[in-house]
Amino acid sequence: MLKQLECSRAIAEVIARCRPEVVCAYPITPQTHIVEGLSELVRDGTLAPCEYINVESETSALSVALGASAAGARAYTATASQGLLHMAEVVYNVSGLGLPVVMTLGNRAVGAPINIWNDHSDAMALKDAGWIQLFARDAQEAVDLHVLAFRLAEELSCPVMVCVDGFVLTHSVEPLDVPAQDDVDAFLPPYRPVQVLDPTDPVSIGAMVGPEAFTEVRYLAHHKQLQALERIPQLAADFRARFGRDSGALLHGYRTGDADTIVVAMGSVTGTIEVAIDELRDAGLAVGAVALCAFRPFPLAALAGALGGAQRVVVVERNLAPGLGGAMASNVRMALRGQPIPVYTAIAGLGGRPVTRASLRRLIEAAHADAVDDLTFVDLDNDAIDRELARWDERRRSGPSAENMLRDARRAR
Amino acid sequence: MSSQRIKFYQTGTFTVGNRLLDDSHRTVQASMTRANALTSGHRACQGCGEALGARYVLDTAMRATGGNLIAVNATGCLEVFTTPSPETAWQLPWLHSLFGNAAAVATGVAAAMRVKGKGTRVIAQGGDGGTTDIGFGCLSGMFERNDDVLYVCYDNEGYMNTGVQRSSATPPAARTATTPAVGAEPGNPFGTGKSLPLLAMAHRLPYVATASVFDLHDLEAKVTRAMGFGGARYLHVFVPCPLGWGFATDRTIELARLAAECGLFPLFEAIDGEVTSSTPIRRRVPVDAYLRAQKRFAHLFDGDQADPVVVRLQALADDNIRRFKLVDGAGGRP
Repeated sequence: MLKQLECSRAIAEVIARCRPEVVCAYPITPQTHIVEGLSELVRDGTLAPCEYINVESETSALSVALGASAAGARAYTATASQGLLHMAEVVYNVSGLGLPVVMTLGNRAVGAPINIWNDHSDAMALKDAGWIQLFARDAQEAVDLHVLAFRLAEELSCPVMVCVDGFVLTHSVEPLDVPAQDDVDAFLPPYRPVQVLDPTDPVSIGAMVGPEAFTEVRYLAHHKQLQALERIPQLAADFRARFGRDSGALLHGYRTGDADTIVVAMGSVTGTIEVAIDELRDAGLAVGAVALCAFRPFPLAALAGALGGAQRVVVVERNLAPGLGGAMASNVRMALRGQPIPVYTAIAGLGGRPVTRASLRRLIEAAHADAVDDLTFVDLDNDAIDRELARWDERRRSGPSAENMLRDARRAR
Repeated sequence: MSSQRIKFYQTGTFTVGNRLLDDSHRTVQASMTRANALTSGHRACQGCGEALGARYVLDTAMRATGGNLIAVNATGCLEVFTTPSPETAWQLPWLHSLFGNAAAVATGVAAAMRVKGKGTRVIAQGGDGGTTDIGFGCLSGMFERNDDVLYVCYDNEGYMNTGVQRSSATPPAARTATTPAVGAEPGNPFGTGKSLPLLAMAHRLPYVATASVFDLHDLEAKVTRAMGFGGARYLHVFVPCPLGWGFATDRTIELARLAAECGLFPLFEAIDGEVTSSTPIRRRVPVDAYLRAQKRFAHLFDGDQADPVVVRLQALADDNIRRFKLVDGAGGRP
């Protein structure tokens, strides 16, 4: 049933229907509305039995989830940005121990400069921490992916991060369907741990492992990701059969069939890209798009298939890997190895800068004509950069760049 | 378990002997039915105070809970010497995650047990580095939430596992690998460090206690008492480290006793943030007796004249004696 809801509220409600037994939270924008919603649902008895724990840091938030999961409880938390980096050590630890925690990441830029708005810097920083990473295209998929995430996590005993664009999705209000309790219960069986702290059958979890077996234990983390490559499409099909909509996949293709130029992206920007693709198609350009849903595991074969006939690929990514370009593009190239076609990297929408249809059209048109650089920054204000570089040349003590450029921008206005 | 304090008047080592006692007053460790939660065969150094302390703590907690217990461990000596996989010295469910998060992990385990209604109790344990430094944020959070966890710190006053570096529990003047005995003020600077038991009390915990491996009856009694409370509890156990402190491995108990008897490590209990009892010093000794026995303080005694630093350390001991009323009419010099 469709209800007018804020996406974060809908996520809180669907999490409650997934029946986590321990929820822990440390507030960080833009994740707050999710954990606020859950605190209410636990307080008013909607979600029971469940322990809701307000902790003192993100390190503790995920550590509490870790302990609860190892003790056999279904555990959930949510974070964003600095919070994810604050808990980075625990992020690796949860996957290393093979604990099926599910965590929502309200994607947000990483400072400095401090910035609360959306990009994918946080998720990309921990892309290789051994978690499955699923990216939502829209608010409805953001809601639905959590149901799939718990099932996938617990089947594989591998943690899953559901990546939801901060503000753009987390704070959007639109008609949303929160999967019904009966359907969620049918889709998601109770948690049956593969390892558990149990006084009647004591085990040691988290022991030291030396060179004789460390590689093999780490290989298993890779193996689980390979298993996820197979399970995600199957679970997406199960989800479609029960809930009647396409949520969750390795990737979603859009008008790729005969496309010469294909744009690859993740998250909410894919919606704008599809509109731009439609307009360019109307103008006679053979262009298409792929929205990656799974970034880890990275769907090499599926992506190679989807990009099969393309003559060039444009990766629009909301992160910057300084010194290289973008984190996504190098992964996309892996899917295209052996194919002598250009893969253009377009850095866009950092720190919440809107990625507009017009900008995307310009980018895709230029790429379609092979008239873009290998690495391009969408809507970059080159004048502002030139002025700051001039200040650097002018004197040693040129001051904080962020402040300089903001003052500059205000003056220009 | 009886909390009657047994006084032993043996000569020589002052070792507390179970054989003099009634069965009901003997230690848990002396019992044939002890859990052996931390069993033999682990890789602790000879004379390790932490291994001794942990064995007594866990077996006592196992008895207090009828074996319905889970242990969470911070990274450190105790974690490393007990568990090179696939070997493990733990005969109770045991979880190690990271250096700084043991208290939070224990909160998670306790939450899971509560929601499942299993009545299983939780102990978290770590060394002084994992407790007073890197783990303090998580620990303070666990304290203030009053989560049902007994946190045990085995304090050997430094980062021994990584090679004897300074922690915030390292005493003033002590030589460590990062506070070398060179320069104008050799060793660890005065005016640094913190008391975790006092910080725990400031959180108004239902139960806080200090204990030491020289008085294992007292240690067991405090663990038993701690397990009788719900909510967050803190036990700070003094565990000499032969390797880090520089003393012969057969002197661990003696060093622990000297630390208490000179007043540098006071033994006390606190309920709801107030000190309710302290263990009187039976045979007060000057700090020299404790300091001279350890190479980490050797630089205080290598000159012809008494080092004024020893006087400052004596003042710290005297302050403890006054503050915790460790001697009748406390305040006088020994």
